[in-house]
Amino acid sequence: MKYSFTSLLAGLIFGLGLMVSGMANPEKVLGFLDIAGLWDPSLAFVMGGAIIVGLVAFAVARRRTLSFLGFTMKMPANNRIEPRLVIGSMMFGIGWGIAGFCPGPALVALGAGEIKAVVFVASMVAGMMAFEVIERIKRPSLGDTRGYQKN
Amino acid sequence: MIDIAWSQFTPGAALTGGLLIGLAAASFLLLNGRIAGISGILGGLLVPARRDILWRVAFLAGLVGTPSLWLLFSELPPIQIDAGYPALILAGLLVGIGTRYGSGCTSGHGVCGLSRLSPRSLVATLSFMATGLITVFVIRHLMGA
Repeated sequence: MKYSFTSLLAGLIFGLGLMVSGMANPEKVLGFLDIAGLWDPSLAFVMGGAIIVGLVAFAVARRRTLSFLGFTMKMPANNRIEPRLVIGSMMFGIGWGIAGFCPGPALVALGAGEIKAVVFVASMVAGMMAFEVIERIKRPSLGDTRGYQKN
Repeated sequence: MIDIAWSQFTPGAALTGGLLIGLAAASFLLLNGRIAGISGILGGLLVPARRDILWRVAFLAGLVGTPSLWLLFSELPPIQIDAGYPALILAGLLVGIGTRYGSGCTSGHGVCGLSRLSPRSLVATLSFMATGLITVFVIRHLMGA
């Protein structure tokens, strides 16, 4: 219960950050990706601000095996740079460039009642389900802890 | 030569919003012990694992609920979506499959992974940034949309 409450809170603060920064607006994101047109560098400042805080948080987290609420720290165990990492990320980038939406902002825009965001999110979930089906066919034994270590 | 869109550039709001995103990722990490990767949180719901559902739904409800909370205090900021429906469907599929195949998106790799100084996330971030830039270049300057 506590775990879910802090999750809700983190989701709300994340969403607030996306709205304050203007990143829930695809036009603004595309303004950053359009370096050959009139370039809006705002997204770099969003990433910079988030990473400044993140660097401190991960430096603290690195020395801990339990979180401040006593939960197990679940850090990604996979350090390999495989083809699927690059190919998947490149596919994501193409979709990002077409619509100006990545998953977080799309969910916030959906919450703002944008029909186009609803269509994007539905399609994104369909894509994620397609991935699960493909993975299940390839490796039937995979569970939800894929990519994570349990300690 | 890069022309900066000074009238659209909002460094103060961008930095403030970025710090909030960092705060969200930091609290999720230090309180719950997890990486705030949105594609992973959403995608994990599609791999049913009973007791894993509630916190994922709670995080996503926070994101989706932010505009409603915002409306209690102020008008919503503009959200301009120029892409048409076929483009949105194609983009959604690519983002859905791509983020799962590449194990992360702008939050998991871009914010958390770079904060964690993960070479893997740096490669992922450079990959999606590169194709994002190329895609916008092709659509806006070669296809002239």
